[in-house]
Amino acid sequence: MSAGTVAAPGRVEQPTAPRRGPSLVGGRGGIWFVLPFMAVYAAFVLWPLLYGLGMSFFDTSLVRAESRFVGFDNYVRLFADAEVWRTLGITLLFTIGSTIPLVVIALVMALLVQTGARGQWFWRFVYFAPFLLPVATVVLIWQWLFSGDYGLLNAALTGIGLPEVGWLTDPAVGLWSVVLLTVWWTIGFNFLLYLAALQAIPAQLYEAAEIDGAGGWRRLFGITLPLLNRTTGLVVVLQVLASLKLFDQAYILFRANGGPGGSATPILQYIYDTGFTDYRLGYASAISYVFFVLIILIALVQARLSRRSEA
Amino acid sequence: MTTAPDTANPATAPVLPRARSRAAEPTDIRRYTPLARAGIITALAVLAVLWLAPLFWAVVTSLKQEADTTVVPLEVVPDRGFTLQAYASVLANGNLVTWFVNSTVVTVVITVLTVALSAAAAYGFSRTRFRGRNVLFALTIAGIMVPPQILIVPLYRQMLAMGLADTYAGIILPQLVLPAMVFILKKFFDGIPHELEEAARVDGAGQLRIFLQIVLPLSRSILAAVSIFVFIHAWNNFLWPFIITSDPGLMTLPVGLVQVQSAFGVRYAQVMASAILAGLPLIVVFMLFQRQIIRGVATTGLGGT
Repeated sequence: MSAGTVAAPGRVEQPTAPRRGPSLVGGRGGIWFVLPFMAVYAAFVLWPLLYGLGMSFFDTSLVRAESRFVGFDNYVRLFADAEVWRTLGITLLFTIGSTIPLVVIALVMALLVQTGARGQWFWRFVYFAPFLLPVATVVLIWQWLFSGDYGLLNAALTGIGLPEVGWLTDPAVGLWSVVLLTVWWTIGFNFLLYLAALQAIPAQLYEAAEIDGAGGWRRLFGITLPLLNRTTGLVVVLQVLASLKLFDQAYILFRANGGPGGSATPILQYIYDTGFTDYRLGYASAISYVFFVLIILIALVQARLSRRSEA
Repeated sequence: MTTAPDTANPATAPVLPRARSRAAEPTDIRRYTPLARAGIITALAVLAVLWLAPLFWAVVTSLKQEADTTVVPLEVVPDRGFTLQAYASVLANGNLVTWFVNSTVVTVVITVLTVALSAAAAYGFSRTRFRGRNVLFALTIAGIMVPPQILIVPLYRQMLAMGLADTYAGIILPQLVLPAMVFILKKFFDGIPHELEEAARVDGAGQLRIFLQIVLPLSRSILAAVSIFVFIHAWNNFLWPFIITSDPGLMTLPVGLVQVQSAFGVRYAQVMASAILAGLPLIVVFMLFQRQIIRGVATTGLGGT
């Protein structure tokens, strides 16, 4: 272990001010730190990624050993498959329908908590706690709330004189039940991101504004919200990417049947059914890849949009 | 709580430099007019009631006798009073306990291995130089974009071929790679000043010793945050364990719970009791580590659903 092996072999070390960032001094043997991770990564991410891509060109099946090379047939077929477009549409509708409340309500929660009402710990805990629950717990609880005869939701609705809703049975409502459950379950994460962003705003800004006589609303719209733009960008991106991956809660809530009239079948469930129920693994892989490309495209568009809004 | 760095730990400072200058603490509610104050508290309370009601109702149901769960109109306090019977039946049934043990084993192993692999890789990427470092790091970062869901079909085949279906290894191995954690840790390690490291080097310490005795101890806070995230992620993961296990004796809690639903049919008190028992551990973890969890969210912006 000798000093100055990589950066400047011939030069004398200059005494410098505290430096940060990667050391250029004697960083040997680094590959051994990276290799274990890379091995697992290669085996369980990179390889299946390639393998899946390969599979998508085959007519593969779980039940038969052999598989037949079919070129782009799977891809051609999926563009004509109405179920692909229908489930994709449901996924996009869910993404829009869940992202808006998950961003707006989370922001409101964070702003309210940041006003400094007593019992900070309590509010934070209450809004965040559902995020910690396993999906199965969340769904079991909500199935109970949604249930037609004994459900708390319908009891509350009739209590205030509104008609009952077929949360789990009405094709027009099924997907929105999933939205409701998801908002309740996951909002805590966005809430914490906003809360952290609010607490990173320098206090001096508010003090200065106050000296200028800015009231509460002026401070909110003049300082707080503009400074949260970056965070909102981040929250929206993360939320859209998370919502596009809808599967678990819809699948468990409707016990695999895709909701009333199939109205809550996300595309990942179609992939799952194609692969694991129909055993059409090659076709399922092809749909996976088209979906993957779509996710990347959406992420790129969002990145471009948020860069523009910042400029 | 605050997201400001732990001042006792010098290594946390570089990560949240903004928090060093005085950040906005929660404002004092007394600065608002009485009317605004009432509005704020009302809004907070309404939201809290909405967010608590499902949990409250689940707990109440789990404490009822089965016959009382389907009384219409709904009653909060049943005539026959509350009972722990549902919990007793669920626990006596055995499966839930098995799933609990499975989840614990799987989650602990995943957390320890994931954090160890990620921290080592992050150290390699951050503090050492070797050929291909940038390429490997770029490859790792690209992995953040891959939704695990699209890997399930090829992974399942791969696991079948390896004979790992319905084994702990089959559940655990694909869950060990979270490229985002490598990224987070690398960013943190980048911020650790060199002086300590160089002093150790002069004393003849090798990379491994520097990693274990200098970098890791300085990174305790971020390691805690990352560990908690991996823990939550692994404990709650549903899709992969669901696909890879068919033996009820190997199922994790989230997977097993879905079976409960059909097994217990309309025994709502038992279903709610199982749901609550499955959710309890993380609530407890949160209460114990609230600070770290919140800092984790704040610094990483990642949690995963």
